[in-house]
Amino acid sequence: MTTATTSRTAKVTLPADDQILITREFNAPRHLVYKAWTTPELVRRWWHAKRGEVTVAEIDLRVGGRWRWVMVTPDGFEVGFHGEYRELVPDERIVCTEVYEGIPVPDGAPEPAAVNTLTLTEADGRTTLSLLIQHGSREARDAVIESGMENGLQDALDLVEELAVSLR
Amino acid sequence: MARAATTTDAFNAVAEPRRRQILDVLAGGERPVNDLVHELGLAQPQVSKHLRVLREVGAVDVRDEGRQRMYRLNGHALKPIHDWIAPFERSWSERFEALDDVLEQLKKEADDDDGHD
Repeated sequence: MTTATTSRTAKVTLPADDQILITREFNAPRHLVYKAWTTPELVRRWWHAKRGEVTVAEIDLRVGGRWRWVMVTPDGFEVGFHGEYRELVPDERIVCTEVYEGIPVPDGAPEPAAVNTLTLTEADGRTTLSLLIQHGSREARDAVIESGMENGLQDALDLVEELAVSLR
Repeated sequence: MARAATTTDAFNAVAEPRRRQILDVLAGGERPVNDLVHELGLAQPQVSKHLRVLREVGAVDVRDEGRQRMYRLNGHALKPIHDWIAPFERSWSERFEALDDVLEQLKKEADDDDGHD
């Protein structure tokens, strides 16, 4: 049995104007990857991306059930996502909506939800994970890519500063 | 701000699905136009039009070999796109490294349970 932990980068591609595809292989069977993705205590242990702390990991694991994950960086910057489960195939597939809470929505406008499809395939005890994020438009997709935490954090701090200046 | 013309910006040049398809084919190596026409199932003038846009932003280079026009990918011109995605990719890489640790722990727990049964 191999115990080496994979340390490879996530592969991010843009298959269409309004899509993001993230793929990565894991040295574990897929039922464990599914478990890590659907159990709040476990999500708290990895979703922080080593950049802060997961403060909310709510998972109502049934079709129509809601989820909400929030993390906070050491500077106090909050990054939150929420959505609803659309399709659940244990150990294989999760389809859910995803709303990035960092993008302001005008009053009365619908939340710009992406549809995420997580697919887990297993071979020889290893799992290939693919996460397809289908946005409603190219602009919405680009906004999420540009919110990549470092950028997002800096932009948010700039905004706070602008706001503080404008309120003086 | 005005949107950059298609022909001046790598982002817009690759926004067209057929042009991305051409880049995907060329990622496998240099190819003559005829191959691209065949792979894409488009008429030659359409393929040529897309290739012209890609050439103008430097995403592909062309050379003549006998009677064939050979096209190849120029990754350097696509670097701005890579740079744009990099922070997003990095945050997912770090997230997945943390997930690796969780999975190792879960595997260890599963093995321990087996040992006790």
